[in-house]
Amino acid sequence: MNHLRKLFSQRRMYLELSEEIQAHLDEKVDELVADGMSREEARQVALREFGNVSVVEEKSLDVWTWSYVENLFSDVKYGLRALRHNPVFTIVVLLTISIGIAANAVVFTVVNSVLLKPLHYPRAEELVALHQVAPGAEGLADFENGLLLSPSMYFTYAEHNRTFQSLGVWFASTANVTGLAVPEQVRTVGVSDGVLQTFGVPPAVGRWLSQTDQVPRGPERVMLSYGYWQRRFGGSETVVGQNITLDSRPREIVGVMPQGFQVVDADFDVITPLAFDRGSVILAGFGFHGIARLKPGKTIADADADLARLLPVWMDSWSNGPGNNPHIYETWKITPIIRPLKQEVIGNIGELLWVVMGTIGVVMLIACANVTNLLLVRVEARQQELAVRAALGAGWARIVRGILVESVMLGLMGGVVGLALAYSGVRLLVAMSPTNLPRLSEVSLDARTLGFTFLLSVLSSVLFGLVPALKYAGPRSGSHLRSMGRTITASRERHRARNLLVIGQVSMALVLLVGAGLMIRTFEALRTVDPGFADPQHLQLLRISIPGSLVAEPERVTRIQNGILDKLAAIPGVKSAGFVSEMPMEGFDSNWDQVFAQDKVYADNTIPPLRLYKYISPDLLQTAGTTLVAGREMMWSEIYGLQPRVMVSENLAREMWGTPSAAIGKRLRESPKMPWHEVIGVIQDVSEKGVQETAPETVYWAPLMENPFGPGPEQATRTVTFAVRSERAGAESFLNDVREAVWSVNSNLPLASVRTMQDVYGRSLARTSFTLVMLGIAAAMALVLGIIGIYGVMSYAVSQRQREIGIRLTLGAPRGHVLQMVLQQGTKLALAGVAIGVGAGLGLTRLMTHLLFGVTAHDPLTFAAVSGLLILVAVLACYIPARRAILVNPMVTLRYE
Amino acid sequence: MTKATQRDLFPGALEMMILRTLKRQPLHGYALAQNIKQTSDNVLQIEEGSLYPALQRLLKQELVKAEWGTSSTNRRVRIYKLTAAGAKHLQREVSSFERMLEGITRVLAPGES
Repeated sequence: MNHLRKLFSQRRMYLELSEEIQAHLDEKVDELVADGMSREEARQVALREFGNVSVVEEKSLDVWTWSYVENLFSDVKYGLRALRHNPVFTIVVLLTISIGIAANAVVFTVVNSVLLKPLHYPRAEELVALHQVAPGAEGLADFENGLLLSPSMYFTYAEHNRTFQSLGVWFASTANVTGLAVPEQVRTVGVSDGVLQTFGVPPAVGRWLSQTDQVPRGPERVMLSYGYWQRRFGGSETVVGQNITLDSRPREIVGVMPQGFQVVDADFDVITPLAFDRGSVILAGFGFHGIARLKPGKTIADADADLARLLPVWMDSWSNGPGNNPHIYETWKITPIIRPLKQEVIGNIGELLWVVMGTIGVVMLIACANVTNLLLVRVEARQQELAVRAALGAGWARIVRGILVESVMLGLMGGVVGLALAYSGVRLLVAMSPTNLPRLSEVSLDARTLGFTFLLSVLSSVLFGLVPALKYAGPRSGSHLRSMGRTITASRERHRARNLLVIGQVSMALVLLVGAGLMIRTFEALRTVDPGFADPQHLQLLRISIPGSLVAEPERVTRIQNGILDKLAAIPGVKSAGFVSEMPMEGFDSNWDQVFAQDKVYADNTIPPLRLYKYISPDLLQTAGTTLVAGREMMWSEIYGLQPRVMVSENLAREMWGTPSAAIGKRLRESPKMPWHEVIGVIQDVSEKGVQETAPETVYWAPLMENPFGPGPEQATRTVTFAVRSERAGAESFLNDVREAVWSVNSNLPLASVRTMQDVYGRSLARTSFTLVMLGIAAAMALVLGIIGIYGVMSYAVSQRQREIGIRLTLGAPRGHVLQMVLQQGTKLALAGVAIGVGAGLGLTRLMTHLLFGVTAHDPLTFAAVSGLLILVAVLACYIPARRAILVNPMVTLRYE
Repeated sequence: MTKATQRDLFPGALEMMILRTLKRQPLHGYALAQNIKQTSDNVLQIEEGSLYPALQRLLKQELVKAEWGTSSTNRRVRIYKLTAAGAKHLQREVSSFERMLEGITRVLAPGES
């Protein structure tokens, strides 16, 4: 208590002590004078015998304090005062630091929320995705998810595994809900038994779907998502036991899942039981995602081995019907590659985020280099003061600490401002929801972000504080008292630190600019790829599903779709309309299967490559702007007449028959029970999975056709995307017309995925554009900071050499000569920076190979352009101070000294 | 900045001498310095300034107390005075110092054995 009181009455203590010491000295002087000494002499003797007054004072005061805290306190006070007295410097430094910290905090928040935090399931580390690959199955490489599970695989794995606590399969889809306000398409997740048990998230209301709900043709029960429950049932608890009409069939609601619950990465409204029928399950049907929870102590390797062991069991237990060899799948070389569920959710976004994090980190380094430069200049200006303090007995360590305290204060203030900026930045980022960033809803500032920001502030401030502190607080600073006044030229050694900083900044800026440049080139390359459709802004898309429970007869489904097309085409401003099972890049689970050509021979024990199947209406090609390479389109009369006609993609035609025109008239089919279909048209290759991916070989069937697997009713494509070509696409009034057109045909049909083709296209480019924007921002910051750095150093160097320049000019040196001399100095620095940067860039850009398209990571054009740009900018940054220097009247400079 | 006091005296010696001097009479800083110098016959070279940190230490331990007063030359000075605790402390220190000195003297004495 006493200490604390003393701490705050320090000023009074100091005054008392000074007075006391002064009295002591005066007494002594009086006495010495009385002994016959001169007053002046007496004063000197008194001081000599007393010792260093300020050291005595300091030591005396130190007695009362926890000296370290006390000194720190006074350093902070001193630092604050110094910062207040130099507002321009303080503001520039604070801005630089806080923008740097804010950018880092935002990106770290995303990295933390997406990559580092565990998933929101109990004991999430035990959860795995049952991923498997089949390198022997040609065409499967196009599956983003590897080989999905079939129902028979699920039964085998679930019943015979030794490594999982529980296991299940799921499948995301959509369904129509009627009977609640307007008809609505909802997102559904079909789950087998074991899925909810695996997640282990208890329901918010009611109960889970249980094994008894998985009985085929049993009572149909469903669960709701929290959001859908709130939206449609007002969050009422009495919802359990009520019915909901899903695809025109009443289903009993048994429970509601809690807020934020997702099935892996699928947001959903309704969970339905898959209710596989054991009796009719075959080997094939690879359409389900598998998830499982490992038994404690079991590793992923154990589980891989376990499932590999079960594959022969699976082939022995099931078949694809009589006459099929079940062991044909051995040629597929199916291999389980089980992944942690988190990896499945995050996907390949991790690499992108780390690249962005690294980039932003480099920007922070450049910012630190700039602040170091500013501090160096400032400390140099304060050298006299520091030298005086040192002469007065301030220890070396004390001065270093003073400078460090000042920079840490700057860093922490920057951190606080940066955090505030980051808070808005994160909200902005979430609002813009860039790309299909997984776990976006979970992105938020948390304790870890706070910790990161704090650490970053302190580390960076030590980084930029240490250089000036060590450089100028050294024991030799006493010599500055002497050398301070006049300097002819700046010593080489004085500039070394700053020159190194500039070289570092230029090289780091070069690396970032090259990164951004490569992304621009990638974006350009993607833009030049013909995606297989034209003018996407004016192509309106909407998706309509006609469930069997609403319209049973297949032909009527097609007639309704045809009727909708006619109504859509009649809307004012519509040029044409068509439909297809899915438009390119829409990202719906597509249909893939093998196809046999009549004029080819297939060996018994092989499975031909899988092809993408699409079902397409007349006029779609013209509407979408897709080119017909050869032949003609199908006609409605052929479709209703179930005439065996088919179209293929150009790459499929070339693979099978050499040229597109050779394909016309050839015949193919999906299964031996299907009549041969005649190829009547060849369609240009379409980038179905995004322009980065090669276009898959595609077969275009009619939307209504005979059952490909033998006798039975014909088949209609019940869920299709309508495409409408109009200048009015996307406008609200247009969408109203579209809705009315659809509902005039059947008022029970909900419209889903209403968007323009541009939205779809943009989203498929989102990953690239997100990277481009992030790298672009980082590179722009780096460039600006780099320019400020070069400019600052050159201005300072020139101002230091003002006298030298003045002498040179007076002695008759031509102005051009002097200008050249200064420019040369700056250019040398820039060149050194560029050389190092190119070296580092060649190494580092390799890390982003996966993000590039149509350009190599070592693209010479990008490297050359960026190097040229940086040198040019550097020369300009030197030119301004150099010009100012030579325009000054030399006499003024000389007289000033 | 000479470190004469620390080189010539063992830690606590200066404090002990201050306490001993103040036991005779309360004194202000300069008088205290003069007193110690004279008493030691200038054998001990003490930098006068080093008295003050030592005085502050003693104040902090409440072995002495200080009051503002007037010197013989009519200056406002701080006069230091031994407290009861200081007197007790001095006694302890002196006896322990004497024991130590005794030990040292025995060791340094010319060999008897």
